[in-house]
Amino acid sequence: MYRYDEFDHTIVKERVTEFTGQVKRRLAGELTEDEFKPLRLMNGLYLQLHAYMLRVAIPYGTLSGTQMRMLAHVARKYDKGYGHFTTRQNIQYNWPKLKDVPDILADLATVEMHAIQTSGNCIRNVTSDQYAGVAAGEIDDPRIWAEILRQWSTFHPEYTFLPRKFKIAVTGHSNDRAAIKMHDVGIIIVEGENGEPAFDIYAGGGQGRTPMVAHLVGEKIPARDLLHFMDAIMRVYNMHGRRDNLYKARIKILVHALGAEEFARQVKEEFAKGGAGEDLKLPDGEIERIRAYFAPPAYETLPDTDAAYEKALAEDKAFAQWARTNLADHKVPGYAIVNISLKPIGGIAGDASDAQMDAVADIAEAFSFDEVRVTHEQNLTLPDVKKSDLYEVWKRLDAALLATPNIGLISDMIVCPGLDYCDLANARSISIGQMISERFADLDKEHDIGELKVKISGCINACGHHHVGHIGILGVDKKGVEFYQVTLGGSADENAAVGDIVGPAFTEEQIVGAIETIVETYVANRQDGEIFLETYRRIGIDPFKETLYAAA
Amino acid sequence: MAQHINKKARFHSLTANRLLDGEPVYLTGDNGWSEVLTDAVIADGKDEGAKLMDIATQAVKDQHVVNPYLFDVDVDGDKPKPISVREQIRATGPTVRLDLGKQAS
Ligand code: HEM
Ligand code: SF4
Repeated sequence: MYRYDEFDHTIVKERVTEFTGQVKRRLAGELTEDEFKPLRLMNGLYLQLHAYMLRVAIPYGTLSGTQMRMLAHVARKYDKGYGHFTTRQNIQYNWPKLKDVPDILADLATVEMHAIQTSGNCIRNVTSDQYAGVAAGEIDDPRIWAEILRQWSTFHPEYTFLPRKFKIAVTGHSNDRAAIKMHDVGIIIVEGENGEPAFDIYAGGGQGRTPMVAHLVGEKIPARDLLHFMDAIMRVYNMHGRRDNLYKARIKILVHALGAEEFARQVKEEFAKGGAGEDLKLPDGEIERIRAYFAPPAYETLPDTDAAYEKALAEDKAFAQWARTNLADHKVPGYAIVNISLKPIGGIAGDASDAQMDAVADIAEAFSFDEVRVTHEQNLTLPDVKKSDLYEVWKRLDAALLATPNIGLISDMIVCPGLDYCDLANARSISIGQMISERFADLDKEHDIGELKVKISGCINACGHHHVGHIGILGVDKKGVEFYQVTLGGSADENAAVGDIVGPAFTEEQIVGAIETIVETYVANRQDGEIFLETYRRIGIDPFKETLYAAA
Repeated sequence: MAQHINKKARFHSLTANRLLDGEPVYLTGDNGWSEVLTDAVIADGKDEGAKLMDIATQAVKDQHVVNPYLFDVDVDGDKPKPISVREQIRATGPTVRLDLGKQAS
């Protein structure tokens, strides 16, 4: 795992000292709110409906047991005993007091954590595949490149005051688990010359009020040119990006206005100019230095099957149910990837208590080479568990109420905080998620429905990724009353698509019934082995419109 | 952001967040701030609303609160009752965690 060097330590420490001074001056009346607000936003501190909210970065979603335990400590000591894991692989605390924030940041800094690049119009915390480094079939570990991008972008003077925030995601696998095409820049590692990694670079994706899928703007960019190419993209964006209108300032609007081809041409032209190119060329030693941080742990040589594990599967039905949904194939024989669902039936998506975070830290230390991942679908992952340990890991997770067997099923939803917490919300999201989860609680029914991604946002900002949900739910406000608009057919994977609006919005009382009708329509129309999205893509929106609105 | 005020609405109260801890507070009749919505003073019409906003603007300058705004209320007896779901939730706490926020204490 990445460890801070001197430079990282220094900038994080300096930032804590600086912000501590700013908070003091604010509380002493030396800074006005207008002066202070941009400063707190640079440190991940928002003001929400009931309190301040602090967003802490978990770069590319990877953390150690010690770091997870620190997140638990912050929840316990300064907040209300829990935290909320987000789609950007970060964690949010909903109740910090302004006067405590400097202490929180100082505590986090002791384990190399911070809130830098979690808000403001900068290049945000780079996100990645939660199976990075362990998935079978991966071309290269995306965290190496995410870390290189992090070092390049942190406090980069030119990229600290962009027209708007800028989000980058990287994956090393052809199965996209990082929603890269829905980011300002999405990077897929491909095979380059001489077996070296190269990059297909997509730009102009995003959600919010104008959702767009990113376009390919650079093909097979060699590894050493990555930063130079990124710099060319940023220059074209910084040159033309609209600063006059907040809603038009994202790179997606520019790519759309110029056309993807013209945008790509300008980037190539900028790239050819050289610019800072030579300085940004990655020297071999540097790539190898970063790569070493992500070297595989000391795996044992094991047979791929384990008799005790097979026996437990045969004898313990609950364990077998969990194994069926929550495990993924590991690249090393005898190991598995364990997914921890943060979506208990009827619970709050992405929330974990301090005790649960401690439990995950303990289990990771004992059974997963001290590593935990946060997924963009608001779950956690233990990347390296021996098959022979799975039964014990499951028992411990179960004891911490962390063994819900529903990864990828309908109750495994992405849900934004919505009107229960968020100052920008139009409607509640969490309660709708809870009702849907309860309506489909029967596990056999969930398995029969199969893979189905429901995503819920409380307003058009789309933090809950509703545009790319197989079923997306968007909260809208009609004269102070909550309504819910439904989209169908969205997807955030390698075949990314923005969903289609199915028709007029539903009331809070109607929405769960409407979701049930949609699921029934799918079940009635599906062919052998088809998941919801495939059926939708085959039959289109009309059969759903009919069943939803015909009766009305 | 959700609209806090409907043009046709007549009665308003004023809310803000306390600087120190972000707690939602309401402007009261004696120019103080209360954590309880029903303590809020009610403005009848635009002009009275603007007067409340002036008081709040001073409180922002005095480092007491941030983010002040007026919101629509109904008058229930002599107490304000928020019209939007948003202000109802803000005045009580998350509907999904009844152990948290104002409703908990
Ligand atoms: C509760 C406090 C939050 C606030 C005030 C907030 C604010 C916003 C705003 C204003 C946007 C729109 C940006 C734009 O269109 O340019 C946005 C987008 C987004 N937010 Fe949040 N958000 C919050 C919480 C969250 C949470 C909890 C998550 C993760 C679950 C999240 C993840 C995202 C994502 C993925 C997007 C879409 C990115 C895009 O626009 O392409 N946010 N947020
Ligand atoms: S989608 Fe809207 S309601 Fe949900 S967290 Fe984002 S800004 Fe808040």
